[in-house]
Amino acid sequence: MRMRVMSFLKQWRGAAKEAFENVSIVAKFLCLLHVTDRYIISSTHVQGPSMLPTLNLTGDVILAEHLSHRFGKIGLGDVVLVRSPRDPNRMVTKRILGLEGDRLTFSADPLVGDNSVSVVIPKGHVWIQGDNLYASTDSRHFGPIPYSLIEGKALLRVWPPEYFGSLR
Amino acid sequence: MGIQKLLWEVAKKSFTGGIIGLTISDRCCSVVPVRGDSMSPTMNPLKNSYLDDYVLVDKFCLKDYKFARGDVVVFSSPTNFRDRYIKRIVGMPGEWISSSRDVIRVPEGHCWVEGDNKSTSLDSRTFGPIPLGLVQGRVTRVVWPPQRVSKIGR
Repeated sequence: MRMRVMSFLKQWRGAAKEAFENVSIVAKFLCLLHVTDRYIISSTHVQGPSMLPTLNLTGDVILAEHLSHRFGKIGLGDVVLVRSPRDPNRMVTKRILGLEGDRLTFSADPLVGDNSVSVVIPKGHVWIQGDNLYASTDSRHFGPIPYSLIEGKALLRVWPPEYFGSLR
Repeated sequence: MGIQKLLWEVAKKSFTGGIIGLTISDRCCSVVPVRGDSMSPTMNPLKNSYLDDYVLVDKFCLKDYKFARGDVVVFSSPTNFRDRYIKRIVGMPGEWISSSRDVIRVPEGHCWVEGDNKSTSLDSRTFGPIPLGLVQGRVTRVVWPPQRVSKIGR
């Protein structure tokens, strides 16, 4: 009777060890996935009219890299993924049109025309703007944003397949 | 041959450990040292710099960016993306803050942060409200030195 209990426990120990090893492999894989997605490269679905004609209205999947902004290598004209200053749970895609220290002149309302505003971008901030001036909420509305809100730089578009390739 | 295999094993183990540590530090919690006395007496109540407090920073709150007035948070500096500050949130979106000369409304998606030690703190009174997206975690406890282990309240 005791021998049977002992052999049962031994078998259970073997199975538990194997289960633990499998779980730890899955855990390590998930950690690797997190690090790659957050620090190296990730894919994002972007949609909306604010970056027409560069990005489509109905949604594209783009690959974004997360290395450049950590080394300060984001430059003028880059399309970047940014955490919205109005809602921290939302990511927006816009183009960098000004770096710190630049003086920018823009028209506050492109439909009305003439009233142009001039602004100097403070230290540590950047100016983001959508390519579609008429349908984009960007730095023309909420001002320059801190550089730290930038989370990634768009590399190339992978979906839809007829638009595969780097963004203009 | 033996030492090459040993080095390879050590490299593999440290790579795995590093990846797991990075994931835990991003998603769960991390320990950071507190520099400066802008949060006295809550943290670093003495001026000695070799007795810095170490605090536990919780990262679960970053899932929905749900914060409340009174939370002590770690955030990236709006003037230099490489710096990080620790201050207390004293104004949430929509609230009114009375600054030295006027009354300011905290815009949506932003928060007003101030250090507990008003005289030596560089905070929202200087650089204005900060977007909540800059926040990198909430400080929950002091974990070092052992005699100062405590929960940080509102």
